Amino acid sequence: MLAHNYFTSSIGKKQILALTGLGLLGFTVTHLAGNFFLFVGADAFNKYAYTLTSNPLIYVAEAGLIGMFLLHVVLALVLKTENHSARPVKYYNKTRTGRGETIASATMPITGVIILVFIILHLLNFKFGAHYTTNVAGTEMRDLYRVVIEYFANPLYVAWYCFAVCALGLHTSHGVQSVFQTWGFNHKSYTPHIKTAGVLYGLFVAIGFSSLAIFCHFQN
Amino acid sequence: MSQQEQLLNLNLKVWRQKNRKDSGHFEDYRLEGVSTDSSFLEMIDQLNEQLVAENKDPITFDHDCREGICGSCSMMINGQAHGPEKQTTTCQLHMRSFKNEDTVVIEPWRARAFPVMKDLMVDRSSFDKIIQSGGFISVNTGNAQDANAIPVSKENADLAMDAATCIGCGACVASCPNASAMLFTSAKISQLALLPQGRVEAEERVSSMVKTMDEEGFGNCTNHAECEASCPKGINLSNIARMNKEYIFSKIKGK
Ligand code: FES
Repeated sequence: MLAHNYFTSSIGKKQILALTGLGLLGFTVTHLAGNFFLFVGADAFNKYAYTLTSNPLIYVAEAGLIGMFLLHVVLALVLKTENHSARPVKYYNKTRTGRGETIASATMPITGVIILVFIILHLLNFKFGAHYTTNVAGTEMRDLYRVVIEYFANPLYVAWYCFAVCALGLHTSHGVQSVFQTWGFNHKSYTPHIKTAGVLYGLFVAIGFSSLAIFCHFQN
Repeated sequence: MSQQEQLLNLNLKVWRQKNRKDSGHFEDYRLEGVSTDSSFLEMIDQLNEQLVAENKDPITFDHDCREGICGSCSMMINGQAHGPEKQTTTCQLHMRSFKNEDTVVIEPWRARAFPVMKDLMVDRSSFDKIIQSGGFISVNTGNAQDANAIPVSKENADLAMDAATCIGCGACVASCPNASAMLFTSAKISQLALLPQGRVEAEERVSSMVKTMDEEGFGNCTNHAECEASCPKGINLSNIARMNKEYIFSKIKGK
């Protein structure tokens, strides 16, 4: 049995899960904002990707991101396993009150798994995908734009992508309000606004990424 | 009374379990002539009389005050802790909430930390252990202090009183998809942490009560708010947020 300290306690694990989640929320919007260069055009997007990946600090950022992501996944698994064993005999009949659980909160583990699978495929398809080169204003760089456009030529990939980012939107909409609650902020008048902000964040992520996928499909 | 008394015929599906070791099963009962004016527990009393008359073992269930203040009566009624009504304990639930020929499923609380002792009665001593590990204040006894000697803001007094309405029934654990006891524990922490008398030991308290809560095998809160929704006393989720905050501060200070 592990000693009971902050990192093994229920609240500690929750708070670190929330904190890594917050980091990932920040990454998600930055990533989306960067991807909006796809709307501008091939050169703009390639140049953006080149600037980002040619900065040596990218390795530090990537390491941090991977660390946060793995910690988030591992803690979620630990908590889920503990929660599962906290009720060894399940109810024969259990209905929701309708005043508590939401679709987003109830599907956190499922949407989480979808996102995990999605991210692995996403990295394989794009980051570690085909390596074309292009020349923008005299600089030789990777033609990531072409990789993206070619990928989204397939309507099935577009559909899977939209499905996965909707799962991401749902997951993050619960995540935003959870971060506040778990870190001890719950206020009579602000908390309802935080919940709304969470839903708006989720919608922004889902619609933002989906619109990119659909836009790219029609660039073919 | 606006509603006329009616008599209901019900089909009951009740969890029967001989003892802690027995694996238990559901049994179906037919109960006729249940007054809509009777409480849910009176309905079970009526069923038990029928069972005794048939020479069968009556159903064991916890109850005491029957006026919604002791928190003994605890059962899952048609999949909801304390039944379908908002902020109502089982003993305060009336049969007028049901319709003639309804099937009513009655189960005990389900959680590793609440083992079933017999039928609908569960062992909730894990809650007592959480309280014993810090849910009190240490004071020197003697004459009662003058009223208002310690100033307390109206806002904090209200919040502390709200938290103190927790009757420890365990509906929060029962309804939580994770069988977490955080609403209970946080209410017991909050009622003291909000008052100057409770501040003295606040850091040690939160640290040791959370430790006991974890050791007793409850699950971890994932912010579904099913506990708040099914709490017969309307204990608010903001108590859990307060506990989370108190906990991190107590850990920073090495308590
Ligand atoms: S019997 Fe006391 S609260 Fe129901």
